[in-house]
Amino acid sequence: MTALTPAIDQFEHDYATARRSALRLNLISTLLFALCFLVTAWIGGFFDMTDVTLPGGERVSMWKIWAGLPRLGEYLYKTLPELHRETLGADLAGWFWRWKVWLWLLLETILIAYMATLLGIVGAFFLSFPASRNLSPNRWVLNVTRRFLEIIRTVPDLVWALIFVFCFGVGPLAGVLAIGLHATGALGKLYSEANENADMRPLEGIKASGGSWFDQIRYGIVPQVVPNIISYTLLRFEINVRSSSIVGFVGAGGLGQEIRVAMSLQEYTDLSALFLIVFVTVIVIDMLSEKVRHHIIGLTGKGI
Amino acid sequence: MLVIEQLSKVFGDLTAVDSVSLAIPKGQMVGVIGRSGAGKSTFLRMVNRLTDPSRGTILNEGQNITALKGRDLRLWRASCAMIFQQFNLVERMDVLTNVMIGRIAHTGFLRSMTRSFTDEDRARAIEALDRLGLVPQALQRAGTLSGGQQQRVAIAKALVQNPRIMLADEPIASLDPANASRVMDALREINRTDGLTVLVNLHTLDTARAYCDRIVAMKDGRVQFDGTPEALTSEKVRQIYGTDDLSADINEAVTSISLTATSSRQPVKAFGT
Repeated sequence: MTALTPAIDQFEHDYATARRSALRLNLISTLLFALCFLVTAWIGGFFDMTDVTLPGGERVSMWKIWAGLPRLGEYLYKTLPELHRETLGADLAGWFWRWKVWLWLLLETILIAYMATLLGIVGAFFLSFPASRNLSPNRWVLNVTRRFLEIIRTVPDLVWALIFVFCFGVGPLAGVLAIGLHATGALGKLYSEANENADMRPLEGIKASGGSWFDQIRYGIVPQVVPNIISYTLLRFEINVRSSSIVGFVGAGGLGQEIRVAMSLQEYTDLSALFLIVFVTVIVIDMLSEKVRHHIIGLTGKGI
Repeated sequence: MLVIEQLSKVFGDLTAVDSVSLAIPKGQMVGVIGRSGAGKSTFLRMVNRLTDPSRGTILNEGQNITALKGRDLRLWRASCAMIFQQFNLVERMDVLTNVMIGRIAHTGFLRSMTRSFTDEDRARAIEALDRLGLVPQALQRAGTLSGGQQQRVAIAKALVQNPRIMLADEPIASLDPANASRVMDALREINRTDGLTVLVNLHTLDTARAYCDRIVAMKDGRVQFDGTPEALTSEKVRQIYGTDDLSADINEAVTSISLTATSSRQPVKAFGT
């Protein structure tokens, strides 16, 4: 190696040292991570053993996860409908034999998600400002609103649905309230984070013109965060559609009750039909919401 | 008359503004100069109470500004309009709305929330924009304008506040020389025509000399110099900027905004109405 200047030699030396310590850090953290993974997998029962009877008749002990995997295939195989080319129409009609009920429940599912999202938007919008560190009038208000949002989003919507079915009886009302409440908590958190990332200079400009706290929010924050609010909300709508197809499990309306019935009666092909319906709906809503989102982001600032 | 007595601001261990006392007659154009961190901004922000003073009082025409609260405080802020280095406009809204925000202190809650300003406010706003030559941009989004245009929008907004005092915190620090001159010309025109008191923080000495009736220099939160531009000798300048390590004089042309790079300014283009 040709010696250049003492400064460069020193740099080469420091560089080699820095490289070595970075490598050591990488190695240690990888080992630690792997260890944590193995421990949690062990606690989670990944290494449990189970006895299996082989086709030959002998019984062996093997890892549960290997023993169970084929059963997953078996289950999925059972849900496949029998379709023949010659009788395709009749087979499909047989597969989706309850299509009138299912379509109606699908509509109900989407409407539950829609109503719940609306409730979530209103609640989260108004709560997000006092829940933002940079906007809250004082620490007390900040903490109370934040804790409230935390509580309502920590309780899963299925649990809220159980509670509301108890209060308001079986039906979509309980589902709307349950998902709406959970969505308020989740959206409120996201909105308040958008608020916290907002540029504070416009607010100061409005404050300096004699604007009140509400004026500062209205003109300083809202125009900045509307695109974020829209994209979070559309994303939440998709999540709410998935949730509303589940809350029927506890009687809160939507497709969930059919899924539950199909599972408990072991109507495997019904399950696949229902899954297909939910899957297609979620994909369509996903595509639409992306289009709307891009369209609206282009528009903001003109009317809002 | 704006009377400031023993005004101080303490942030933790740091005394940003230390017992500043000034009496500013109505209609004076005052340039506040000093190094970065000398307390200029904090001082200006205390005048309209964006920052609350730790000690001292501010009196305007006998009214105790330091004691104001709630609606009175908001009306005071409206009556001493502030212009910021970074313009502080609502970039996503159109220029006209930005100017109408200057009427926010006199706009009711519902009108403000629904963004329905009165026709009178709209008329005032468009007049102010006309005065600053920005009517063609009135419906553009403020964020799409150049820095100089945005600062003039901010001045138009300040004008519709119908202020008694105009505060400007480094209004030209983010602008190129041509725009800087236009903004300073606008401020001086307002000072002369409307008789407004103007307090402007500057870090370009020659701008302060060219535009201001009076120069107040701050150092470490204290007033180091207070007098006419002529009285600000290079000896005093060295004291203010504390250039003990610089043997040479400070060359004002280095930071100059004037297009000819001298402290004598070109004739100002006729401005306005």
